[in-house]
Amino acid sequence: MEMSQYLEVFIEESKENLQTCNEQLLELEKNPQNLSIVNEIFRAAHTLKGMSATMGYEDLANLTHKMENVLDGIRNEKIHVSPEILDVVFKSVDDLEEMVLSISNGGDGKKDVTEVVTMLQAIENGETIPSSQTMAVQETAASAVEDNASSIHYEAYEQTVIEQSFEQGMQCYELAVSLREDCLLKAARVYMVFEVLEKIGEVIKSDPTVDRLEEEQFDQSFIVTIVTNDSPLDLEKKVMKVSEVQKVEVREITHENFQSQNSVDTKAEEEQNPESKTVNPSVNEEKSIKDSNSSKESPKSSTSNKTIRVNIERLDILMNLFEELVIDRGRLEQISKDLDDPELNETVERMTRISGDLQTIILNMRMVPVETVFNRFPRMVRQLARDLNKKINIEIIGAETELDRTVIDEIGDPLVHLIRNAIDHGIEKPDIRIKNGKPEEGTVKLKAYHSGNHVFIELEDDGAGINTQRVLEKAIQKGIVSEETAVTLTDRQIYELILASGFSTAEQISDISGRGVGLDVVKATIESLGGSITIDSTEGQGSLFSIQLPLTLSIISVMLIEIGKEKYAIPLSSIIETAIVKKDEIMNAHNQRVIDFRGKVVPLVFLEDVFDVPKEKIEDEEFYSTVIVRKGEKMAGLVVDSFIGQQEIVLKSLGNYLTEVFAISGATILGDGQVALIVDCNALIK
Amino acid sequence: MSEMTVLTEELKLIVFQLVDKEYAIPVNQVRSIEKLQYITRVPKTPPYVKGVINLRGVVTPIIDLRSKFDLTPAEPSDGTRVIIAGLQDKEVGLIVDAANDVLDVSRDSIEPPPEVVGVVEAEYIGGVVKQDRRLLILLQLDKILQSL
Repeated sequence: MEMSQYLEVFIEESKENLQTCNEQLLELEKNPQNLSIVNEIFRAAHTLKGMSATMGYEDLANLTHKMENVLDGIRNEKIHVSPEILDVVFKSVDDLEEMVLSISNGGDGKKDVTEVVTMLQAIENGETIPSSQTMAVQETAASAVEDNASSIHYEAYEQTVIEQSFEQGMQCYELAVSLREDCLLKAARVYMVFEVLEKIGEVIKSDPTVDRLEEEQFDQSFIVTIVTNDSPLDLEKKVMKVSEVQKVEVREITHENFQSQNSVDTKAEEEQNPESKTVNPSVNEEKSIKDSNSSKESPKSSTSNKTIRVNIERLDILMNLFEELVIDRGRLEQISKDLDDPELNETVERMTRISGDLQTIILNMRMVPVETVFNRFPRMVRQLARDLNKKINIEIIGAETELDRTVIDEIGDPLVHLIRNAIDHGIEKPDIRIKNGKPEEGTVKLKAYHSGNHVFIELEDDGAGINTQRVLEKAIQKGIVSEETAVTLTDRQIYELILASGFSTAEQISDISGRGVGLDVVKATIESLGGSITIDSTEGQGSLFSIQLPLTLSIISVMLIEIGKEKYAIPLSSIIETAIVKKDEIMNAHNQRVIDFRGKVVPLVFLEDVFDVPKEKIEDEEFYSTVIVRKGEKMAGLVVDSFIGQQEIVLKSLGNYLTEVFAISGATILGDGQVALIVDCNALIK
Repeated sequence: MSEMTVLTEELKLIVFQLVDKEYAIPVNQVRSIEKLQYITRVPKTPPYVKGVINLRGVVTPIIDLRSKFDLTPAEPSDGTRVIIAGLQDKEVGLIVDAANDVLDVSRDSIEPPPEVVGVVEAEYIGGVVKQDRRLLILLQLDKILQSL
């Protein structure tokens, strides 16, 4: 079978399954008694095993299988959950992740995993309690050898289904169906048999697997296991109605022979020594193909919510096309305004509304919950905490907050840096914490929320906080600030020094952080995304890193304004409101013209001066049109000639030649085809 | 051997005019030649950066070569053209008086620039080409595109 077309799906789903494993393992660590969690992990691992075996990644399947055995032991209460065991399981999940990554990077997914495998096996063997009849019932078939060909071997999952059907008073039969030797379209007959069977019951398993049957990879007969209410005679009759079926043998699986069969399996398994187990994989692989197939038919397979996977590239293309459309829409609006034809106006207005809806949908399509980034952190925190001998609890709030995919892709690494930083430098060792009267366990709180056109991500820790004195000393020593300026800095400015490049305050360079690279990268990445980062800290009580990010990167709402003959765009996200200021309301303070705006003193910025707009100065104007903008807490009033109006625009860069133009963050193309520059309000507010 | 091939290799040049001299840049560095269109001024940039234009949806910076080379400024005429030139990921438009010609020259006809001191454009000249009775000044685009 041509597999490459499924590869992408395989990789995606494997990642999801591994993520589930990770999350649930963390849960399990907190509630070692909760066996439903183990089941959850088991299911994810099982699916992974099946899929990787189907795709031909044997190493992946083998390791998953070994891990499954241990999980199974836990599930059956043969192995007790301990951090050591979980470490090994975590390690194997790590290895699995690495393999999947290798596959997604075009590798073959092979990896030397003997170490982990030995550990897994040691756990599996070392702690296995000798089997008793009751346990044998629950025992999975995962690692059992395939016994004689006549009787089918059932996976744990299938056993559960069978047992459940017993409980519901249904019967379970094994049907040995033989086709006539001269049968030409065997696959078609198989299909018909299955159709008949599916009408009267639930097909649980077939030997050979459905796939093989469909490919006619069998001789004349095959075995189907079915759960039904019908009598064996009816079954036989109904199947015999399918032409070219020569013989149907119905064998009932009773509660008793089902159990005994399983106990045989388990005994067979327990008699095995580790060496023979390592030989198993080929068999297991085959079996997992079966269960991946049978689980497809299983009634319990989770109801899929109706989603499709779309390549992000296609969404990007869609977005680009839409951007073109937005530019043309602007142009149309302009034309219809100039012509002032009522019919044209109406049509354009309608189009504007529809394309507005379209825009919302496209933007929403690109929105991904930050969960996809956040969910790898608990795992990381756990590992770091163990490595550093600290006790740390991570709290995640607002993981459902959605962000544009491009932002999500970029934000992961900066957050990793920040969390590492918080854990390494922020949270103290348990003994120090106790001495300082804090709870032994440190808390790192990761919080995401929407506010206006922005998403905020906050990282709060209850650690040592930032020692401004030490930061200053270090900064002076590294030549980041001079001693003179150091005295004038506010606390917040001092905190921001730790984001400067070449800065590291850790007394000892550790593996986790402290090389002085990192936090400056964090700042650069966030700023390149059009966001900003601020730090608050109370020494002895902890720090708060707050990241502000734009919801989307490409289409923004702006207010168009005019100065002289030039048009500029001011992002709506930084505008508080517009105001007309009377000339006599302007006051002078320290050579700076200011106004009193709702009780606050707001400095005025005359854009025509800042941008050296060529125009004739009109002295003694009565009124000034002002756009009140903000940057964090601070405000400024931008004085312009006139307001044009609000518009959706497509953000474009000025190219690689014009980098770092003062107070200009980019450009856009207006409806008339002209370029308008976008004002960077952050640069105008000091 | 390889030297031989290099020596005989032909180089295609776009020839344009500034004041009374003819300049040239290799054709592979030229993306297109455009008529002058509305330029949006970008504040706080050097005077030779005239601004940006909308080049089929791409915002492209425009450099006035007369101003860059400290030549006498002139009002745009009908002949004024914008040569869109690019190197790697940088793309700019160069305002020239006229785009004259496309010429094939052999590489060995390129001579090193005459050593004249005091001319602003000297640092941007990669060589001169004498062809028939024309003197073409070969410009080094990478020097012109050097960051502000």
